[in-house]
Amino acid sequence: MNAATHFVTPDFLPAAPELFVLGMACLILAVDACLGQARRWITYTLSQITLLGAALLTYMLHQTEPDLTFNDSFIRDAMGDVLKLFIYLVTGLVFIYSRDYMKVRELYRGEYFALALFAVLGMMVLVSAHSLLTLYLGLELLSLSLYSMVALQRDSAVASEAAMKYFVLGAIASGMLLYGMSILYGVSGSLDLASISRGAAQFTPGEEMPAELPGGNTLFIFGLVFIIIGIAFKLGAVPFHMWIPDVYHGAPTAVTLFLSSAPKIAAFAMLMRLLAEGLGALHGEWQTMLIILAVLSMAAGNIIAIAQGNIKRMLAYSTIAHVGFLLLGVLNGTLSGYSAAMFYTLVYALMSAGGFGMILLLSRAGFEADRLEDFKGLNQRSPWYALMMLLLMFSMAGAPPTVGFFAKLVVLQATVEAGLVWLAAFAVLMSVIGAYYYLRIVKLMYFDKSEHDSPLVASRDMRIALSLNGLGVLALGLFPGSLLALCARVIGVG
Amino acid sequence: MTPADFPLLSLVIWLPITGGLLVLALSDKYAQALRVLSLIFALLTFALTLPLYTRFDTVGAEMQFVELVPWITTFNIHYHLGVDGISMPLILLTSFSTVLVVLAGWRVIEYKLAQYMAAFLIMEGLMIGVFAALDAVLFYVFWEAMLIPMFLIIGIWGGQRRVYASIKFFLYTFLGSVLMLIAFLYLYYRTDSFAILDFHRIQPFDLNAQILVFLAFLAAFAVKVPMWPVHTWLPDAHVEAPTGGSVILAAIMLKMGAYGFLRFSLPITPDASAALDWLMITLSLIAVVYIGLVALVQEDMKKLIAYSSISHMGFVTLGFFIVFDIFENGGGLQGAALGVEGGLIQMLSHGFVSGALFLCVGVMYDRVHSRNISDYGGVVNTMPVFASFMVLFALANTGLPGTSGFVGEFMVILSAIKANFWYAALAATTLVLGAAYTLWLVKRVIFGAVANQNVAALQDINARECMILALLATAVLGLGLWPKPVADVMHPTVQHLLEHISQSKL
Repeated sequence: MNAATHFVTPDFLPAAPELFVLGMACLILAVDACLGQARRWITYTLSQITLLGAALLTYMLHQTEPDLTFNDSFIRDAMGDVLKLFIYLVTGLVFIYSRDYMKVRELYRGEYFALALFAVLGMMVLVSAHSLLTLYLGLELLSLSLYSMVALQRDSAVASEAAMKYFVLGAIASGMLLYGMSILYGVSGSLDLASISRGAAQFTPGEEMPAELPGGNTLFIFGLVFIIIGIAFKLGAVPFHMWIPDVYHGAPTAVTLFLSSAPKIAAFAMLMRLLAEGLGALHGEWQTMLIILAVLSMAAGNIIAIAQGNIKRMLAYSTIAHVGFLLLGVLNGTLSGYSAAMFYTLVYALMSAGGFGMILLLSRAGFEADRLEDFKGLNQRSPWYALMMLLLMFSMAGAPPTVGFFAKLVVLQATVEAGLVWLAAFAVLMSVIGAYYYLRIVKLMYFDKSEHDSPLVASRDMRIALSLNGLGVLALGLFPGSLLALCARVIGVG
Repeated sequence: MTPADFPLLSLVIWLPITGGLLVLALSDKYAQALRVLSLIFALLTFALTLPLYTRFDTVGAEMQFVELVPWITTFNIHYHLGVDGISMPLILLTSFSTVLVVLAGWRVIEYKLAQYMAAFLIMEGLMIGVFAALDAVLFYVFWEAMLIPMFLIIGIWGGQRRVYASIKFFLYTFLGSVLMLIAFLYLYYRTDSFAILDFHRIQPFDLNAQILVFLAFLAAFAVKVPMWPVHTWLPDAHVEAPTGGSVILAAIMLKMGAYGFLRFSLPITPDASAALDWLMITLSLIAVVYIGLVALVQEDMKKLIAYSSISHMGFVTLGFFIVFDIFENGGGLQGAALGVEGGLIQMLSHGFVSGALFLCVGVMYDRVHSRNISDYGGVVNTMPVFASFMVLFALANTGLPGTSGFVGEFMVILSAIKANFWYAALAATTLVLGAAYTLWLVKRVIFGAVANQNVAALQDINARECMILALLATAVLGLGLWPKPVADVMHPTVQHLLEHISQSKL
């Protein structure tokens, strides 16, 4: 490889969606600077067009065979395409849901959209990473955008505190990850995930590595530990979850909405690229670590969520529990496990967007609907949205006929197939505990009397999007076949 | 399309659900239209379930009215429906009960009427789905989805402690079901299929695995039946639920646990069932005797009937699990079939009788707004027509010959003697205990002098209530005097089932 001496123009085409989003985000920043508050809708529309255009590009470039470019450090493959399409979809929903909320709080500014688009770009790069460097680049672009989004409400002390916590802990996590990566680079001599995978394939537990890699055995595991810590921090798996409740709680709800949905898809991609593709050969080693993380996350997330009185904190702990389930799919180390985890992640992103969207719907000027009591008597105020929230909550609890059930079913199926029946049994018992706090929301909406009966006000596109979100959870639950087949196909289940 | 492949089962599942959604879309302003529309859908569904009986082929034991469409191809899951002699009568019971429930809620429910009617109609479709599903995932979807409307029914239209009761109901059942799900996934791992009939054919199946699968099923079905000691949700749910909810709980939902034993536990894990039949028999007898005693001391009418339900369902599970002892004692298939069929008839009978008793309590509660026995007395003086119905159902509950309650209990006791004399002796105490708590209830509530002004002011039942109770009385007497048509339908299926479970899978 003589890339240093002979400069070869890389093939830009596989990265066209990324380049498009980059260009548009810069354009939006520039255009927005010239717009008054009255014409902010232009920024909004441009942002949605960006997502739509990126989706079209991704769709047109989609093919089963992967493309490698930029010296093999960037990959466009079927899994990445599907993940990116869902990132656009969820971000589009986020924009629709957050518009009214941002408007009444004087947060309706170009920065929100530009930062969110840069975060999307970071996610896309992360999803398409084929070397440690690209992966880290994408991750940092995503994280830095998110830190500043959390701090968007400058004069709110809670938000600033949340942003600070998020930044400090996130930086530590990035440091850990980077340290792990440097060790991997040291052992395998390459940043390229394919070469690392080849190096890891020589790994044999309990034995010495070949002579050209002295001490490689220990070093691989050493690097792996740091990488897992980094990933666990970013995902928010117990015991690296401390930042999640505070950040979810402190950030403006519109930002929490974004934070809890699309980046989870990117985090799944990070797991896949690093663990499944890079270090697949070390499966026996990381499986144990992920089991511990998954068990702790499911237990702590579900149990602590019960004690929360703030719905944003409650959903934060519920996120932790869902991350446990996601890890449960990945840790099997089988293709069906990866495909199950992918399905789970996509479904979770949709449910989470809907759940936080409901909080935004109930919020009004000067009033955050983030206490559980704010959901009281919703069935009297608006039976339709109570029904949507009911569907979302039952879906998160994993009850049929919603799609949340199938998400849990396929993950459990993969776990049982991998011979970890006890783990599957533990997971379902934890989800029964989880059902309790989701039921409590349903109870508040249906069984209790409302504290105030002001009608819900929301723009038409928000109402339509939220209804489609809720009904989508039901429709996907009745016909999950095609999405399941899609996940299985792009992961390559035979 | 020939009549043979007309998707009758799909129709009776989705018609009430569609009806429920339509009703939901209507505003509460058109209350009368809502009621009529709900009744039309309930009656239509009932009428459509009748051909399931009239066109049922009583010769063979294979599934009938089968529908098979791929649903989720990645996991080999099918939309697979079909009925046999065990599930078909239960589907009829479901559609019959829903008609009664819609009628019972006619005037009584004023708050959120549309949601009330819609919940029952949607639940009807889901419950029929449970009995008709032949694919484990489809079964599970119906089984769990059904909890959602029931949860709302108890929570929205229930009594004082409705929140506690509804959440307890949901979590108890959910806990049991998720373990069943793990069992399904294990069986899928073994067979690469979610078809229940494929699960039946797993061979060889070692005993330890069978026992684990059996226990997972037990967790789901024992909660649903409910068996002692996981029965505590039932009295709470029954007491707090509105009358309609109690009727559906007692008449249909409890039957699902028993149905599950016949469809899953016995045929999939026959050896584990045989190995653990002592456990099942003990739990059943505890339910019959101990819960019968508990029922004696209840002060709340609904609670009393709820405990009596648990006790009667003990008979059903007893009838199912004595078959292994009968095989051992050389009683043969015929002897064992008597117990299982007795259990099945007891299920149907209990559906009618307990439903009727809950409706009777509902009739009194609508007038006096109390469920306490001590608030009544001498109702016969002011409500003579109602009193005669109530006495009839009470006698059916005690198992009086000529009523449906007698047939099932008699068959089960008869076959229990073949298994073990002491089983029969203990089971027979129900004739005393059941008579004691039921007749004492009747004595305190119906007979005697008029106890207070509330009772003195009672109006006798109107034509609507009379019609509901008369329909149930016909069913109770019909099944009691001439059970043959029902038994004939069940017989080939039960025979086939017993042949299947008498073969070891080890």
